[in-house]
Amino acid sequence: MSEREIVFENVSKFYGEILGVNRVCLSLLPGVTSLVGPNGSGKSTLMNLMTGLLRPTRGRIRVLGMSPREPDLFRKLGYCAQYDSFPPGLTGYRFVHSYLRVHGYEGDAASSLAWQALERLNMTREAGRRIGSYSKGMRQRIKLAQAISHQPSVLVLDEPLNGLDPMGRAEVLSLLQELGRQGLHVILSSHILHEVDALSERVVILDSGTLVAEGAIHEVRREIRARPMQVLIRCSKPELLASKVFEQDHVVEVKMHADRGGLLVSTRDADRFYLLLNRIVIEQGIGIESVAPADEDVHALYQYLVGSGGETA
Amino acid sequence: MNDGVRTSGGAPVPSQMWGRQVAAILRLELRRSFLGKRAVPIYLLAAAPVVLFAARAALPFRLEGEGLGQTSLIYAVFFQSFMLRMVIFFGCVGIFTALFRGEIQDRTLHYYFLAPARREVLVAGKYLAGLTMSSLLFAGASVLCYLLLCVPKGWGVVSEHLLRGPGLAQLAAYAGVATLACVGYGAVFLALGLFFRNVVVSSVGIAGWETINFLLPPLLKKVSVIHYLVSLCPVPVSEGPFALLAQPTPAALAVPGLLVVTGLLLWIAAWRLRRIEILYSSG
Repeated sequence: MSEREIVFENVSKFYGEILGVNRVCLSLLPGVTSLVGPNGSGKSTLMNLMTGLLRPTRGRIRVLGMSPREPDLFRKLGYCAQYDSFPPGLTGYRFVHSYLRVHGYEGDAASSLAWQALERLNMTREAGRRIGSYSKGMRQRIKLAQAISHQPSVLVLDEPLNGLDPMGRAEVLSLLQELGRQGLHVILSSHILHEVDALSERVVILDSGTLVAEGAIHEVRREIRARPMQVLIRCSKPELLASKVFEQDHVVEVKMHADRGGLLVSTRDADRFYLLLNRIVIEQGIGIESVAPADEDVHALYQYLVGSGGETA
Repeated sequence: MNDGVRTSGGAPVPSQMWGRQVAAILRLELRRSFLGKRAVPIYLLAAAPVVLFAARAALPFRLEGEGLGQTSLIYAVFFQSFMLRMVIFFGCVGIFTALFRGEIQDRTLHYYFLAPARREVLVAGKYLAGLTMSSLLFAGASVLCYLLLCVPKGWGVVSEHLLRGPGLAQLAAYAGVATLACVGYGAVFLALGLFFRNVVVSSVGIAGWETINFLLPPLLKKVSVIHYLVSLCPVPVSEGPFALLAQPTPAALAVPGLLVVTGLLLWIAAWRLRRIEILYSSG
């Protein structure tokens, strides 16, 4: 078992007789991973298990080779939980600083780390105000600042975009993307699928406490054989291309764009389709502007596997 | 990423780290719990006897023939029946049960659980915060009440009583007993806050047990905090015609005994805390 991974081995969690998650087996590598699923699907339970706030009824969890019950893990792990609650009477700075002191940092080190985190979340101006006077978006930011303040290598974020305005969302997404690029584990849940889509390399899809799918987004998409893959092509001579690809048995549908500048192809075998496309383009002298998978995203996976409109929570 | 810049001079040994974490928790708890609105009833409770004695000092009413000996006895009755059994007892209920139960209600306990601090360290930090606050308030109130009771006698008599008589020793003993009461009751109620969602019923139960202590046979008397505290009080007070008498426990046994029981209760609290999961919705 790698010390870089987060591993769930047959993990189940029951709240009395109520199922939280059931027999979850998964292994997460560094990078950005999105947990998606409808209300009550077990996303928060999974996050709370990973961070030791809950204990599994069955199974074993290892985070970077450590049990979530080991205090030392929390030098490497930051968690922005779903609870919109703060110790009363503290300013934003004091909140971040105080918990850094609980981590064991001395005054100066804690102060420096607190200001770095506040700066990253654009909260330096509001740091001296009491959290009680903050807007929902500011409270979300200060929670994030607290979660990243000790510079963890695993960052778990439960609905981190909640309450943020569009500008704030863009800033936080960019920060998370940067942290993912730096090799951190960034594990987040969000109900705004198109936003996490732009960010995530991997997805974990849960439904009713059960793991529905897990892995790199394109790999998960390819595993869903019941749904033909959709490929969007912008090109010259789309009618000719349509007629050529439609001769193949793995191509199930071809739709022309309204502007006649491209087409949408549905295929049961994406690999064969891309080889075919290369051949046709060369043979027929078709000019290609762009080729992109049209349903290789979190939103599509969610729709195919869980089956609602994609508004999860 | 930073794997923990703990100090400017390298990583400290665990005991240093624990000490630093206890100090950080103590500071945070003092700031968040005792400067907040939740502390107002505790302040009022501690202020009540002081106001009462201040009013008595201001009024011309005196008991006939009340000398310093009589005053000492009045204070002893007040301290044992009102200060220990009411003010300190219920003050400790308010302070110590809120240390964890209050955090669960506020949904903020997870911040501590997500820090690399052992649960024993968390218990120690919170307990010391509660102890600092309760001792300052209640030992302070006990001392003030004693002085306010003596004030009407005039400065000369009071200074004679304090400096040349038994006054100062009594004052120190009462302050010590008040602090020990906070030590003992604090541990009881900190642990209670971790075991029961509703601490009112269990607190009233303990209050009842402590109240009927004078009726209990000698062996059962020792299964209480009040027995040891009363044993340490400098002026003995009659417990009434129905009391079952027992030898007071000598200070050399009462103080270490209370400290051992406190340590045991804190260990139980830490054991319980290690098993607690964050399930705020169900409390």
